Amino acid sequence: MKTAEEIFKILKDKFGDAVIELKTGVPVESYMTVDPLKIDEVCLFLRDEPELKFDNCMNLSGVDDANGKKEAQPDGTSNIVGGTLSVVYHLESVYLKHKLTLKVSTPRDNPQVKSVAEIWRSADWNEREAYDLFGINFINHPDLRRILMPYDWEAGYPLRKDYKNPEFYQGMKVPY
Amino acid sequence: MMYDFFLDLFGNEILAAIVTGVTPLLFILLFVLFAVWLERKVSAHMQDRLGPMRTGWHGWLQTIADLLKLIQKEDISASANDKPLFNLAPILVFAGSYAAFAAIPFSSYFIGSNLDLGIFFIIGISGLVVAGILMAGWASNNKYSLLGAMRAAAQIISYEIPTILVVLTVVMITRTLNLHTLSEMQTGYIWNWMIFGGPGTGLEKFLLIPLMFIGFLVIYTSTLAEVNRTPFDIPEAESELVSGYHTEYSGMKFAMFFLAEYANMYAVSAIVSALFLGGYQSPIGYLGNLIGVSWLVPIEQFFWFTAKGAFFVFVQMWLRWTLPRLRVDQLMALCWKYLIPIAFVNLIIVGLITVL
Amino acid sequence: MSFETNKSIEYKPVVKTEHMVLNMGPQHPSTHGVLRLELELEGEIITRVIPHIGYLHRCFEKHAEAMTYPQVVPYTDRMDYLASMGNEFGYAVAVERLLGIQVPERVEYIRVIMAELQRIASHLVALGTYGADIGAMTPFLFCFRDREMILSLFEMTCGARLLYNYIWVGGLSHDLHPDFVRKTRDFCTYFKPKIKELNDLLTYNKIFIERTANVGVLPLDTAINFGISGPMLRGSGLKWDLRKDDPYSVYHKFDFNIPVGEGKVGTVGDCWDRYWVRVLEMEESLKIIEQALDQLPEGDVTSAIPKRIKPPIGQVYARVENPRGELGYFIMSDGNVNPFRVKVRAPSFVNLGVMDVLCRGHMVADIIAILGSVDIVLGEVDR
Repeated sequence: MKTAEEIFKILKDKFGDAVIELKTGVPVESYMTVDPLKIDEVCLFLRDEPELKFDNCMNLSGVDDANGKKEAQPDGTSNIVGGTLSVVYHLESVYLKHKLTLKVSTPRDNPQVKSVAEIWRSADWNEREAYDLFGINFINHPDLRRILMPYDWEAGYPLRKDYKNPEFYQGMKVPY
Repeated sequence: MMYDFFLDLFGNEILAAIVTGVTPLLFILLFVLFAVWLERKVSAHMQDRLGPMRTGWHGWLQTIADLLKLIQKEDISASANDKPLFNLAPILVFAGSYAAFAAIPFSSYFIGSNLDLGIFFIIGISGLVVAGILMAGWASNNKYSLLGAMRAAAQIISYEIPTILVVLTVVMITRTLNLHTLSEMQTGYIWNWMIFGGPGTGLEKFLLIPLMFIGFLVIYTSTLAEVNRTPFDIPEAESELVSGYHTEYSGMKFAMFFLAEYANMYAVSAIVSALFLGGYQSPIGYLGNLIGVSWLVPIEQFFWFTAKGAFFVFVQMWLRWTLPRLRVDQLMALCWKYLIPIAFVNLIIVGLITVL
Repeated sequence: MSFETNKSIEYKPVVKTEHMVLNMGPQHPSTHGVLRLELELEGEIITRVIPHIGYLHRCFEKHAEAMTYPQVVPYTDRMDYLASMGNEFGYAVAVERLLGIQVPERVEYIRVIMAELQRIASHLVALGTYGADIGAMTPFLFCFRDREMILSLFEMTCGARLLYNYIWVGGLSHDLHPDFVRKTRDFCTYFKPKIKELNDLLTYNKIFIERTANVGVLPLDTAINFGISGPMLRGSGLKWDLRKDDPYSVYHKFDFNIPVGEGKVGTVGDCWDRYWVRVLEMEESLKIIEQALDQLPEGDVTSAIPKRIKPPIGQVYARVENPRGELGYFIMSDGNVNPFRVKVRAPSFVNLGVMDVLCRGHMVADIIAILGSVDIVLGEVDR
């Protein structure tokens, strides 16, 4: 059983700049920020290191940070330009009973995160969901395609804060 | 016999033949009306429910209401169906099970056709059912239907083997294929029934009793599988194959399958009771003989035969609402690994006993 | 539109000439809703299963961003509609943790009683429909008969039978009905022999064992790697229950066991084990209910409900043991009255991901047995 500070120290020694910072003091849980293109290495280490042994990825969620510049559109809505999208990983060790929250942030215009689906298979569908709803591209994901939305949905990513419903989907009126 | 009776009555051979042929149909229809209602009530009471209660006393008119609904329904057939086969299949299936009734002796007078090869004819003509089911599955152009039809064909053909082996066992003892003669041999009292060793006497009879019990169990299990009832209702397993080979059928064509299923249930029950339980013979003697009214005897026989058949149909329902369903490979294993060897050994031992 | 299709990851249906592709669902009697399974068959043997979900997607997460915190509660009901109390419970736990408030004892006890009753009701549906999938219709109706009594208890408490809106952030919508305690005790005494009846009718039935033992074996390491939780994980042999391992509410005050699969009739982690764990869990839930009824404190159930819920900027991941597994709520707050992001870690969604591994090499009929033992609710898978 290790605290977030101890784990952060271990990771910092091992990966250096890839592990960016540990945010503590925020209610209710502290989290660690990691480089999105190194997250797979960090996660593999977290899983296989005997004293950490994070063998379960409880949850993986995409987040639209909505911290970019808002550009007003002629129709009264606004688009968000710039800023970041994030992915939050909640890890847990079933045997050592400690938990860890990781966070990666990636630019909104070209969101790229290394996939951890090969490390924890539970991340497979969750990453597909994050791709489906936020448009985050998970590099090296075995089967990245839409999961909740129709496969031919072309109106963007619904959980982004500036998402606008299309008027028609396949000739059918959407806001019926 | 019935044909001669009607020939005397009408004096016209064609009319007599038609009436003789229609009587079992009448019986089937009435029986199915009753059996469908019974199935609903049996299942309902087993499951702490009431079942149909609104249509007539305890819902006894429910089947008629269902029938009216089915007649009114649109006859749907998808554009990808193979039309001629699709239309022919339900008729063939029903024809197969209806034809089997020709040789079933309902009483010493009520028998459609007193064939010398009665039981042989029944087993042969039931083969039409397989052809009809395969046709239905293929012509529906639906993968579920096809899977169901394939399973049905495999299952029915496999389970015919233990059935025939047990039939042969009985035939070796009685030396006749005629069901009427077979029933007549078991006359008298309950201990003359084949399940209690048949009409013979002495050591041979006592040796036969356990073997006959085994034979009875084997044939009852395998006939259960032949009519696709739970635990062998794999061809129409609704949780896997929606409803198997008749998924695509609606209205009267579906009703034909339904009719055939219930007719088959009665047919196999009738065969089992004719072979093992004295057919139409009463277990306790006849009231007609006792009071000297000879025309009462066939009516009593008809009652006993129907009662025995209905009892076995009830057992089939009982099993259906109690047991889960086997998987297709387990079903085949049961047939080929257990029933057929048991039936074979049984056949050989009975053969030795009858020869010695 | 800013959407660009990534060509390399476009979905292509897998069709091979020698294999038959059977489309099971979304309208199928035993996919438990609108799940679609694309099966690749070789004869009757399954070579691959591709689940397609999303037919019941109702944008819960998007809705939640537009609602205030208390308004989200009725929406959580509609995710796992067979365990609505559990969903509300999890949401309340998460928001209360984010707000840092304590709720009165009585509220916690009532919540536990409701959640455990809901667990029994949910397991009854799972076990009953599982029997129906295998072909035994009668246990299904027996289970529904008993579930009906639990639903009546809920109806007495909050007026609704399926979607309750009962457990609120900081409290409950109503106090218990005066008759509730007595009727719940009656139910507990009534229900104990019914479990035995179910065992006699279905659990130890030879055909049922044939169909479920050694089918769909899920090894423990695979289960953990796939994030499996709840009765499925315990069926694979791990004593893991959030009520004990990550205690929330007042569960630490009760004495109960965690049943695990032992491979009693087959291999550890087969369909029968998962089924059996659910049966045993119903007994454990009865134990908890009885203890909670004995200890039920007096008090006000609405006093701690905040007038205005406006959590500080932050995030929380709270999880509860729902009948189907670990139900987690990841809630991010930006200091407003409505949540910035609500992500639900739905147990059915994660558990369904393992279907392909479980099904390969089995027969079509086994798909039904395996899917039934995974026990999914499509409302939760798609949210």
